[in-house]
Amino acid sequence: MLDRAYQALTSLRLTVVLLALATVIVFAGTIAQVDQGLYQAQARYFRSLLIYWSPAGSSLKFPIFPGGYLVGGLMLLNLLAITIRRMKPLRDHLGLWMVHAGMILLLLGQLFTDLFSVESAMPLNLGETKQYSEDFHANELVVIDASDPREDRVVSLPESRVAQGGTLDVPGTPLRLRVKQYWANAEILDQTTANALPTGADKGVGLGRFVLARPPTPRMEERNVPAAILELTAGPAPLGTWLASSLIGVPQEFSHDGKTYRLAMRPKRHYTPHSLTLLDLKHDVYKGTDIPKDFRSRVRIQDPKTGEDREAVIYMNNPLRYGGATYYQYQMAASGPVKSSTLQVVRNPSWLTPYLSCLLVGLGLTVQFLSHLVKFVREKAT
Amino acid sequence: MKNRFAWWPWALAALGLAWALSSLLPRRDTGFHIREFGRLPVLLNGRVQPFDSVARNNLLQLRNKQTVHIENERSLPAMNWLLDAMLRPEQAGKLKVFRIDHPELLALLKLDPNEKHFSFEQLQPSLEEVENQARRVDQKQAAERNAFERQTMKLFQGLLLYRRLLNSLRPESLDDPAADLEAYRQAIPDGIAAVHDRQAGKDFNEENLNRLMAHLQRFEPVSRFAYPLIIPPLDPAKSRDAWENIGTSLMEAARQGEIHPAARAYATMATAYRKGDTNGFNQALANYQAWLAQALHHEVRKAKAEGLFNQFQPFYQATVLYVLAFVFACLFWVRMSENVRRAGVLLLWTALLIHTFGLVFRMVLEGRPPVTNLYSSAVFIGWGAAVLGLILERFFRVGLGTAAGAGTGFVTQIIAHNLAIGGDTMEMMRAVLDSNFWLATHVITITMGYFAAFVAGFLGVFFILLGLFTRNLAGPMVQAIGRMIYGIICFTILFSFIGTILGGIWADQSWGRFWGWDPKENGALIIVLWNAIILHARWGGLVRESGLAVMAIFGNIVTAFSWFGVNMLGVGLHSYGFMDTGFYYLMFFILTQLLLMGLGMLPANCWRSLEDTGTTVASRIRLAALALSAVILALGYLVQFQLWFCLLACLILAAFLGIAHRLACPPTDQQQPQTA
Repeated sequence: MLDRAYQALTSLRLTVVLLALATVIVFAGTIAQVDQGLYQAQARYFRSLLIYWSPAGSSLKFPIFPGGYLVGGLMLLNLLAITIRRMKPLRDHLGLWMVHAGMILLLLGQLFTDLFSVESAMPLNLGETKQYSEDFHANELVVIDASDPREDRVVSLPESRVAQGGTLDVPGTPLRLRVKQYWANAEILDQTTANALPTGADKGVGLGRFVLARPPTPRMEERNVPAAILELTAGPAPLGTWLASSLIGVPQEFSHDGKTYRLAMRPKRHYTPHSLTLLDLKHDVYKGTDIPKDFRSRVRIQDPKTGEDREAVIYMNNPLRYGGATYYQYQMAASGPVKSSTLQVVRNPSWLTPYLSCLLVGLGLTVQFLSHLVKFVREKAT
Repeated sequence: MKNRFAWWPWALAALGLAWALSSLLPRRDTGFHIREFGRLPVLLNGRVQPFDSVARNNLLQLRNKQTVHIENERSLPAMNWLLDAMLRPEQAGKLKVFRIDHPELLALLKLDPNEKHFSFEQLQPSLEEVENQARRVDQKQAAERNAFERQTMKLFQGLLLYRRLLNSLRPESLDDPAADLEAYRQAIPDGIAAVHDRQAGKDFNEENLNRLMAHLQRFEPVSRFAYPLIIPPLDPAKSRDAWENIGTSLMEAARQGEIHPAARAYATMATAYRKGDTNGFNQALANYQAWLAQALHHEVRKAKAEGLFNQFQPFYQATVLYVLAFVFACLFWVRMSENVRRAGVLLLWTALLIHTFGLVFRMVLEGRPPVTNLYSSAVFIGWGAAVLGLILERFFRVGLGTAAGAGTGFVTQIIAHNLAIGGDTMEMMRAVLDSNFWLATHVITITMGYFAAFVAGFLGVFFILLGLFTRNLAGPMVQAIGRMIYGIICFTILFSFIGTILGGIWADQSWGRFWGWDPKENGALIIVLWNAIILHARWGGLVRESGLAVMAIFGNIVTAFSWFGVNMLGVGLHSYGFMDTGFYYLMFFILTQLLLMGLGMLPANCWRSLEDTGTTVASRIRLAALALSAVILALGYLVQFQLWFCLLACLILAAFLGIAHRLACPPTDQQQPQTA
């Protein structure tokens, strides 16, 4: 039995089948982006073990096709097994060995990237200094204990926890939260419209306002604006009901037992030991057009740990790599009263693997095909 | 035996070359020096270009051609049309430069449904209607517009463009620009003095002020409308980019107290042209050229070079030569004469020479690697296919390399021609793409993968057609073509893979994401995957020559999808152009390839080259397959090659193949329906 499984795993037939499956998945996942958006299509087709299908209007899910992780994983096994069993000695097939080693490295590297890389954005107004970047998709609910004048104590609860509902304790405080209602994407209105609901909040910004639920956006460049109605208690004493939404820019303040707290729903923050200050920005277009020619930000990096304090210029195709993260020029608002530049921040511990695997596979294919070609040309010449 | 007629292929190729190069010969202007005028530098789309390019690109956008057709007369060059539009709009208004195809739009504007081209005069009564419709369409997302709405929008934009061109050299209504400019010059000092007096709260001369204001009021709309920036910087050393349009420059003159020499020169030319004063026009033009040469020789040279390039039209010449080479390669299969084959090869060499010349010329003009946008990728694919074809022909002297190279070269040049209708093909690179290093590495390698895949697919098509319908596909030939396809697929995967990974590395460099599942990335990945499938299937013994050919044809579909199809999805970072008519042709192409694959999957004993004795069943199945393909294509044409139809065609084809296999291979026969 085991032997047969091993046989199957080392067959080229399996390779062909897996490659064909991968082709279908990539094709379907590409077409699906039109309707579902990049993020969702990616999660459904590429970052999944199985691809499910639900009949319209039903909550049933049927697995209909293997997903990207499953096919990729099997491909990796197939590749390893074939490399071990079928490949001829290294000397004769140096090219093929290199190709396969490179492919294994590429697949593993991408798996690691998928699992461990973090992408976030750092919007900076001119002159502003920040020590954190904001996640592109994830949000968090924070309760900040602001009673210590020297530093704030921040308790962060991920949005996914809030989405589950129920009650939850805020660690390190006597506070307890009850999620009365939660929306993954919602608008806050001053006046009611069709389908809008009163917030029911009796404290803070939500007082007298309305919530209009929206379907989660499929578009990659847009983000959902989650909202929740939260009832706060401290022991038996009710403190009130608040509306939290990432639309509300300033945290809402309240006090209990002589301590000041702030409550906010906001994009999840990733803190770094160093800080970045936006010193200057430049946005050029080609004369007489609106085609962007160049946009760049001059920033100052300050790292209290290493004592580093220097300037750097970040522009298209020229990112800044610092402290394990890479900063890229992402968006820019160069006109208007407030000039700002947004940097994309990426932490990807395996960013080097594609470079190595490209080198390996490229060289391997070249060696392999060149040796064929030379043989062929010699044959023709004689 | 000595080949007595070996000279004629050489003579033919020399003739082709001479014909192509003849367009480079200097041509003299008679009357107005309009050709010379067309070489004057202006700034448009962020780059310096000759007036001639402005004329050609805009005419292309309006009527899909670079010349204006006039009944019973020689067609009018683009530059002559533009000059008329700018200076004699009453005449240019009669020229039929607006192309309208959609029957509903023609009906709405009450135009003759049997015609395609219309003049501005004919459209004038319905300008308001077009604008109202366009305003409505503008509310919709581009991807949600239907054919009628897209055509309406295109017409509206065309009319707007025309309006802008009318105002590009002088205010539209001005009869004698030179005299008006002189009056303006005289009005400036007193007018400015009046303005200062009024600002200081003193008494001011109202008449002087009004005289100046009247001029400025005429220039103000021009400063908003005038399209190309025709007034060069006075001090290029300070800023080479400081070009202005005529309106802005004239408005600025009031502040400076002096009129720009270029504005004066253009006004003199304008008046002379309107009055029919040939000498006056030519003299003013020569003076202006002399003035330009003093400080702007770089721009002048660039404009002249591009003007020459426009005149040469190397890609057009190459296309004609590709067709000839292809015809000779096909003739070889009929006549089997070495001279015919050689004629094809030599013509392909000539075409490649002209093509290379054009490619390098363009690279020098742009200061960029050869591929910068979809248009130039098509040009480059044709070039690469021709090179690959010649290499193949060198090793396998059977005319197939020539046919594949010339055929692919021809088709991609046609595609390039259609892509050029979008406007300026030498547009500036946006910041994210502005990296000659990556354009020269990632883009070139990926495009090399494309052309290799197309050549392999083309050979696959030949394999099937030759095997199925002729007796030429004998034993060694089968292996030869099989080896060609195999070798080229190796080449394809090498370049596609490296190109894809390099693209990932570029993405990692520019926004920190090696792989983002962007449609274009996925398209490239699909090419790699498909070619890997072909190679592994062959290594695993799952397919032989005919299977390889069929798979290579599917490679055509995969590559076309990656090259074009993904851009039509309208999502992702690479969606630089949503092409709707392109989709129709893409589906047509895919359907033809599917039909060819179907033919290739007919049972082995139906292949004319392989059948032992000419059985009637075999030839009937062949004929039925051809007839079915023709019917599917005809029906496809009727329903505009919609997706559902192509899927339906696949099902019908599969059913047909099933029946064919039952008929051709009786159940007692255990032999696998495998060719070769």
